Amino acid sequence: MIGDGGVDEEEKYLAAGIAGLQQNAFYMHRALDSNNLKDALKYSAQMLSELRTSRLSPHKYYELYMRAFDELRKLEMFFREETKRGCSTIELYELVQHAGNILPRLYLLCTVGSVYIRSKEAPAKDVLKDLVEMCRGIQHPLRGLFLRSYLSQVSRDKLPDIGSEYEGDADTVSDAVEFVLQNFTEMNKLWVRMQHQGPAREKEKREKERSELRDLVGKNLHVLGQIEGVDLDLYKDIVLPRILEQVVNCKDELAQYYLMDCIIQVFPDDYHLQTLETILGACPQLQPSVDIKTILSRLMERLSNYAASSAEVLPEFFQVEAFAKLNSAIGKVIEAQVDMPIDGVVTLYSSLLTFTLHVHHDRLDYVDQILGACVGKLSVVGKLEDSKATKQIVALLSAPLEKYNDIDTALKLTNYPRVLEFLDQGTNKVMANVIIQTIMKNKTCISSADKVEALFELIKGLIKDLDGNLDEVDDEDFNEEQNAVARLIQMLYNDDPKEMLKIICTVKKHIMVGGAKRLPFTVPPLIFCSLKLVRRLQSQEENAGEEEEDASVTPKKIFQILNQMIEALSVIPVPELALRLYLQCAEAANDCDLEPVAYEFFTQAYILYEEEISDSKAQVTAIHLIIGSLQRLHVFGVENRDTLTHKATGYSAKLLKKPEQCRAVYACSHLFWVDDQDSIKDGERVMFCLKRALRIANAVQQMATATRGSSGSVMLFIEILNKYLYFFEKGNPQVTVASIQGLIELITTEMQSDNTTSDPAADAFFASTMRYIQFQKDKGGAVGEKYEPIKT
Amino acid sequence: MNYIIGAFKPACNISIAFTDGKNRKQVPMKKENGQMVMVPLFQSQENISGKISIEPALGKKVEHNGIKIELLGQIEMYFDKGNFYDFTSLVRELDVPGDIYEKKTYPFEFSTVEMPYETYSGVNVRLRYVLKVTVSRGYAGSIVEYQDFMVRNYSPPPSINNSIKMEVGIEDCLHIEFEYNKSKYHLKDVIIGKIYFLLVRIKIKNMDLEIRRRESTGSGANTHVETETLAKFELMDGAPVRGESIPIRLFLSPYELTPTHRNINNKFSVKYYLNLVLVDEEDRRYFKQQEITIYRLAETT
Repeated sequence: MIGDGGVDEEEKYLAAGIAGLQQNAFYMHRALDSNNLKDALKYSAQMLSELRTSRLSPHKYYELYMRAFDELRKLEMFFREETKRGCSTIELYELVQHAGNILPRLYLLCTVGSVYIRSKEAPAKDVLKDLVEMCRGIQHPLRGLFLRSYLSQVSRDKLPDIGSEYEGDADTVSDAVEFVLQNFTEMNKLWVRMQHQGPAREKEKREKERSELRDLVGKNLHVLGQIEGVDLDLYKDIVLPRILEQVVNCKDELAQYYLMDCIIQVFPDDYHLQTLETILGACPQLQPSVDIKTILSRLMERLSNYAASSAEVLPEFFQVEAFAKLNSAIGKVIEAQVDMPIDGVVTLYSSLLTFTLHVHHDRLDYVDQILGACVGKLSVVGKLEDSKATKQIVALLSAPLEKYNDIDTALKLTNYPRVLEFLDQGTNKVMANVIIQTIMKNKTCISSADKVEALFELIKGLIKDLDGNLDEVDDEDFNEEQNAVARLIQMLYNDDPKEMLKIICTVKKHIMVGGAKRLPFTVPPLIFCSLKLVRRLQSQEENAGEEEEDASVTPKKIFQILNQMIEALSVIPVPELALRLYLQCAEAANDCDLEPVAYEFFTQAYILYEEEISDSKAQVTAIHLIIGSLQRLHVFGVENRDTLTHKATGYSAKLLKKPEQCRAVYACSHLFWVDDQDSIKDGERVMFCLKRALRIANAVQQMATATRGSSGSVMLFIEILNKYLYFFEKGNPQVTVASIQGLIELITTEMQSDNTTSDPAADAFFASTMRYIQFQKDKGGAVGEKYEPIKT
Repeated sequence: MNYIIGAFKPACNISIAFTDGKNRKQVPMKKENGQMVMVPLFQSQENISGKISIEPALGKKVEHNGIKIELLGQIEMYFDKGNFYDFTSLVRELDVPGDIYEKKTYPFEFSTVEMPYETYSGVNVRLRYVLKVTVSRGYAGSIVEYQDFMVRNYSPPPSINNSIKMEVGIEDCLHIEFEYNKSKYHLKDVIIGKIYFLLVRIKIKNMDLEIRRRESTGSGANTHVETETLAKFELMDGAPVRGESIPIRLFLSPYELTPTHRNINNKFSVKYYLNLVLVDEEDRRYFKQQEITIYRLAETT
C-alpha cells in the first residue's frame, strides 16, 4: 500500500501533497474571509482530498495530516461563527455530507460534529455515536487510523463524562466509554490489519511503520483512563473486559504487547489490583510470541510501587490474594509459552519476588516458594550459559538482600543456594560479591555458626576454586574479590565467645580449602578476628575475676587454631606475611601471659626468618618487625628473652648491607632497655649495641672512602647520636656526656672534612638534633641540668 | 426608417398574465436554447386562469379571424425534433373574427385541468405544458404567443415502502449483503443503509454508490435508452475484511433528480437505479444495480 519508490520519491509525493493542500487551504481561507460557506466547503473538501494519498509512509503521512489538522481548526472556528450567524448546525451537519469523496466528507463531518456537540443542539452521545459509526467507511488502515485519531482528538473534551458540560442522562458515562471503546476497537482492527496487507517481503518495514502508529491507538486508552466517571465497577464490568476482548481477539503480537502495556500504565493501581484476575486471565491467551514476561513484570512493578507508596493499601493486596493470583498466573504463562527462554522465566520470578518483598515483607515462605519454583524451572535447563538469564538471576537473588537489609533472611531461604547452583562461576562470584556488599552496606553482623556456614555456602564461588576455568580471572578483580571476603570475615561477630569460636572454626574450615592464592587474603582477617576474641576473653577474665569460665573456649585453644592457620600460610609460601602473623600472635599470647605460646610463635617467626626469608630487603623489614615485637613482650623469662634477643641481635649483625646492619643493631639496643619494665634495663648491653653500631658506621665510612674516594654520609652517626640522646634521657648510666660529646665532635669533624659528600638531609637532621639539645638545655629543671654539660 | 422597421414588427403585442401570477411560485426552467427562465408552477387539477391582452402596434389595427387560447401538454422526442405529440389539448375561443384597434383584454380560465404528467426535460425527450394564444389571420399568417408553465405533481408517502435487502456475490470471491432502508424515496430523502461483507477474497480499493437515471424513449424496436450517472458517492475507502459493515447515508437533495416516470403516454419512461460499485486494486468493477422509485413529496411550507 505504501509507495514502492525510494525515499526521494516519497519526499516528492509529500511535497506535492503539501503544495496541493496549501493551495486549497488558501482558497478556503479566502472563502472563509468572505463568509462563503459553499466555497469553504468545496475547497476544504479539496484540501482534505490530499489525505487520500496512498503513497506516503506513516511518518510522512503524519506530516501531511498535521497540516490538514491545523487548517481544520480554522474551519471549525468558522463553522462555529457560522452557526452563531444563524446557519443551523444540523443543516451544516447535512451539508458537509454531500461531499462525494468519503475521506474529506468524514473529516468535515467530524469537524462539524464537534461544533454540533458544542452547540448542544443534540446530545453529545448521539453525535458521537453517529460519527464513530460513519467512520467505518474508511477501511484503509493508515487513513482510517488518522481519521479516527482526528475524531478522538476533536471529541476528547466533549465526551459526556460525569461533571462535563456535555453530561447526558443517567447512562452518560457508559455512553462516553462506549464511544471511546468503539473507536479504540476499530482503530485497533485497522492497525492490526495493516500487518497483513502488502507484500510479505516488506513485513519488517511494515512492522516498523506500525510501531510508529501505535500511539494513535493507545491514545484511546489514555482517554478512557481520564474519563472521570470510570469508577472501579465500570472499569471492572465493562472497560477492562472490552479492551481485553479486543486485545486477545486481534491475535497480533505487536498490538497485544503494546496494548497490555498501555492498560497497565494508563489505569490506576487500585483498579489493577481489583481486576488482577481478569488481566492475568488474559495473559495466557495472548499469542505465544508476545513478550508476556515484560508485561507481567511491568504489572508487578506497578503493583510493587503501589504497595510501597503507602502501607494503607496493603490490606487490599491481602484481600485480593494478589500473591496467589500472580503466582498461578506466572505458572500458567510459563506453561502456555513453551518456547519462553529461561531468562524470561527468571525475569518473571524476579518480578514476582520484588512484588512479594514489597507486599508481604513477612512472608519468607513466599519468597522461598518463588525461589523453589525457579529452581524447578532451572533444573530442566541445567547450568546457565545465557548471560541475560544469569543477569536476571543476579537480580532475583539480590532483591531479597536489598529488601531485608539483612543477610540473615536470605540465609533462612533454603532454596537460595539452590538457585545459586545454576550460575556459572563468574556470575556466582558476582552474586557472592553482591551478598558481601549488602552485608557491608548494612553493617550486618553475622552472629551464628550456622549462618556463617550458610553464608559461606552462598559465597563459595569466592572461597574456593570451583571446577572449571581458573586462569581467566583478572588479578585485580581477584584481589578485589578476596579483599571483599576479608572484609566479610570482619563482620562475623558474636558476643558469646563459645559461639564466636564456632564461627571462627567454621570460617577456617571454609577458607582453608581456598588454595594458595586466596589464603594470604583470607587468613589474616580470620587471625585478627580470633585475636580479637582472645583479647575479649582476656578482658573478660580480668573483669570477671575468677568467674566460672567455660573451659572449651580458652585463649590457648584459640592459639592452637591460629598456629594451624599460619602454618597453612607457610606452605604457600608467604613467609613475610606468616612472620607478621606469628609476631601478632606472639604479642597476643604475651598479653595472655602464655609464655610458652608466645615463645613458640616467636620461634616459628625466627625459623621463617632463617629458612624462608632470603631477600635482603625483606630481611630488613622482618628484623625490624621482630625487634619491634620482641621489645614489647614482657612475658618471657630471662632465659627465653636472652635467647630471643641474642638471636635478634645476631640476625641484625648479619644483614647484608652495612648501613642496614648498623640500623638494625642500634634498634636492637631497645631490646635491652624497656622503659616501663625495670627488669629489662641493661645499660651495658645497650651501650654494647650502640658501640657496635658506631663501629659499623665507621666501617661504612671507610668502605665508602675505599670504593668511591669520598666518605659517605654521616647520616648513620646522627641516627646513632639520637639513640644516645634517647638513652641518655632515659637515664642509662652507660651513656655519658663524654660519649655524647665525643660523637658530636666526630660528626662535626666528619661533616667539615673535605672528602665528605655533602648531604642536605644529614645537615638538616644534625641541625635539628642540635636544636633539640639546646631546647632541652633551655628547659631547665632536671632535664636542663642533665643536658647542661653537653656543648654544642 | 421607423416606418420600415415597423413593417417587420409584429402587428400586435400579446401578453399572457396568470390570475395569481404575483403569488404563484416561480421555478426555473431551461429553455430550448439553454437559457433559464422563471415560469409559474402548477399541479394537476388546478385552475389555470388569467388574462390575455392584445395591443396592436401603435396606430394599426389588427384584423383577425378569431382569437383562441389553447392549453397544450406536449411530448417532444429529440430524434423527431419539432414534432410535438399533444397528450392534452384544451381550447378556449376568446373572440369572434373582427378587428382590434386598441388594447383589448380577454380573461380565460381552464378549470381543474387534468395534467397527469410532470414537466420533464431529459436527454432524448421533453414533456412540456404551454399556453398558446393564436390570433388567426388570413393571408398575413396567424400571430401566436406561447407561455410555458411547469407542472409538478406531488405524491403522498407510499403506504408500502419496503427496504431493499439483498445478498449478492461471486462464489468464493466476494459475498456482500446490502440494505437500503426503502425502495421509494422522495426527492429530498436520505438513503440510509449498510453493506455487510460476508466474504472478501479480493483486494477492494473502494466502493461507490451511484444514482443512475435511465431514460427510455420510443417503443418496440425504436426504443432508445439513455443512462446517466447523476451521483457518484464514495461509501468506502480501502479494503474491508470479513464481518465489516459499512454505513450508507446519501442525501438526495444535492442532485437534480425527478420523480420516476413510468411509461408516460407510451412515449417514454424515466427510472432511477442505485448502483453499488466495488472497485478492486486492478480496477475491476463489481456492481449491483437496484431500481428505486423516486417521488415528489408535497413540500410542507
